[in-house]
Amino acid sequence: MIKFLLNGLLRDRQRSFFPILIVAIGVWITVFFHAYIQGVFGDLIDSTARFSTGHVKVMSRAYSENADQKPNDLALMDVKKITADLRQQYPDMTWVKRIQFGGLLDIPDEKGETRSQGPVFGMGVDLLSSDSREIEILNIEKSVVNGRMPQTPGEILISDQLAQKLGVSLGESATLLTSTMYGSMTMHNFTVVGTVRFGMTVMDRGAIIADISDVQYALDMDDACGEILGFFENRIYDDEKAAVIVNRFNTDYLEVEDEFAPVMGKLIELSNLSDYLKMGENFSGILIIIFVLIMSIVLWNVGLLGGLRRYGEVGLRLAIGEHKGHVYRSMIYESVLVGVAGSIIGTALGLGSAYWLQVYGFDISGLMKNINMMFPAVLRAEITQETYYVGFVPGLMSTVLGTALSGIGIYKRQTAQLFKELET
Amino acid sequence: MNNSALIHITDLVKTFPMGKREFTALKDINLSFSAGEFSGIVGPSGSGKTTLLNIIGTLDVPTKGDARVIGRSVSDLNSKDAADLRNKHLGFIFQTYNLLQVYTVFENVELPLLLLKIPSEKRREMVLQSLEWVGLTDKIKSRPAQLSGGECQRVSIARAMVKSPQIVLADEPTANLDAKNSHTILQTMENLNRELNTTFIFATHDEKVIQYLRRKISLEDGQVVRDETIKG
Repeated sequence: MIKFLLNGLLRDRQRSFFPILIVAIGVWITVFFHAYIQGVFGDLIDSTARFSTGHVKVMSRAYSENADQKPNDLALMDVKKITADLRQQYPDMTWVKRIQFGGLLDIPDEKGETRSQGPVFGMGVDLLSSDSREIEILNIEKSVVNGRMPQTPGEILISDQLAQKLGVSLGESATLLTSTMYGSMTMHNFTVVGTVRFGMTVMDRGAIIADISDVQYALDMDDACGEILGFFENRIYDDEKAAVIVNRFNTDYLEVEDEFAPVMGKLIELSNLSDYLKMGENFSGILIIIFVLIMSIVLWNVGLLGGLRRYGEVGLRLAIGEHKGHVYRSMIYESVLVGVAGSIIGTALGLGSAYWLQVYGFDISGLMKNINMMFPAVLRAEITQETYYVGFVPGLMSTVLGTALSGIGIYKRQTAQLFKELET
Repeated sequence: MNNSALIHITDLVKTFPMGKREFTALKDINLSFSAGEFSGIVGPSGSGKTTLLNIIGTLDVPTKGDARVIGRSVSDLNSKDAADLRNKHLGFIFQTYNLLQVYTVFENVELPLLLLKIPSEKRREMVLQSLEWVGLTDKIKSRPAQLSGGECQRVSIARAMVKSPQIVLADEPTANLDAKNSHTILQTMENLNRELNTTFIFATHDEKVIQYLRRKISLEDGQVVRDETIKG
């Protein structure tokens, strides 16, 4: 009987090919969008962690309350000791010091007069230590589009876009005008040795990257920094793990009544991403539920149309003595086969297109000229383990549910009418 | 009561609701059919032929009275038991053949045997035998769309006969056939009736069928008005 039904299924394109096509398209869309959402949110978390918050971040209490303004006058003091303690307590994590600051970058002409000038967003990071992980974390070396990495104190990188805007060439001097930690104005000369492009609009619009020692010197921040960022060794954010570290660290300083005492926060709190992340987690589920509902309705209709088309066949099978339950079950088995076949094809197509988006990405930098979020300019999908099976849930559920609904007609059918029905 | 009867109908009444009233399709039917009969229920449209055939075929139940088919009261059968009875003992031939278009002639005839879970080798043997009875062994791989109307009805007969049922019910089997094909079909059925002693019961108003019948039961307005033996 199974072979008999299978033959019928394979020969009747309206029972096999078209439903499989519909399921495959639906599963394709689900798998692709699942990978896309994973990619977008993954990139968002990764970018935020690398450039802004780390997986956990230590600041002074006062600094943390106004962290958006990067108030270096409220920066952490005695950071060598704090960093050493952190490295001792959490040796599996990478701890890096950073100073973020704003200012003006002045490009002088040959007489020392201002040739061009513009506002900049600066980052002081460890570029020159032999054991520095910042170059890897911020992917600086690969982001250099012209020139080279700083090799000696006083050398900086600036964003390629800013370099073009200011008309600065490699090797030229640039003067940073900003305020020190104590509020006085300061000017510091640097040499531009390279230009960078991170693929993030905020950074690419007007960033300068300098070694943290230079920035500490320029901003009068000896043994001080705005933030100490901690990263998990595998570079993947783990909210539960981060919460444990944060609680443990903050408990140690609970009794200290000093606004400059260190306080630690975790990525999703610091970046206000928690709602986005929850939304991201829920979005895939919502997408699948919507897909199951829509596809069930579509397949219900396909089933109803197929049922109408197969009314004679089902009627005949009932008339010659097949049980209603057997007919119904055989239709469900058919739908499982259709669902599995459609899900496999749809998953393969979804993985293929998601892989393309993962490798090549989709450049949206043109749409982000005035965006101030740490958002990647190239959208990429991310294929995870879940991507391989997520399509099977809606693919199978919709076909089985659709067939189950449309097959109810079999139970409602009056066998007394079969002769009349089969005569027409 | 005739104890040797395959079908025994006693004081059968069948009514259908028609709005607030009831329509009586069959009233006070008393009939018996024995093994090997070649009988016909004849009458104009609306006389109750198909309703009576439905009840004999366990597709419907009487409102009053009793219909016993192969010793089982139709009223007492649940849906599953009725299906089993049809599966094992009854064959159906329809006006429009009702062949499954995606299957070959062989597969169409094989279907009732699959439901009976007959082993493959035995099944093949039975299907070929049945197709031989109707003269279609050269068409086993053909699809219904490739056959003429007469050939389709012969496949339908082979499908009804393949499990050697005790009773075959045929509702207007020649309605879609020309005279030549009708006679071929009827001769085939008559031969099978004689060779296998299968009981054939027709519902018809076709004169071509009537002339083959050995017993003619005339229905008018749901009542048997004549029950006559036509030839021996």
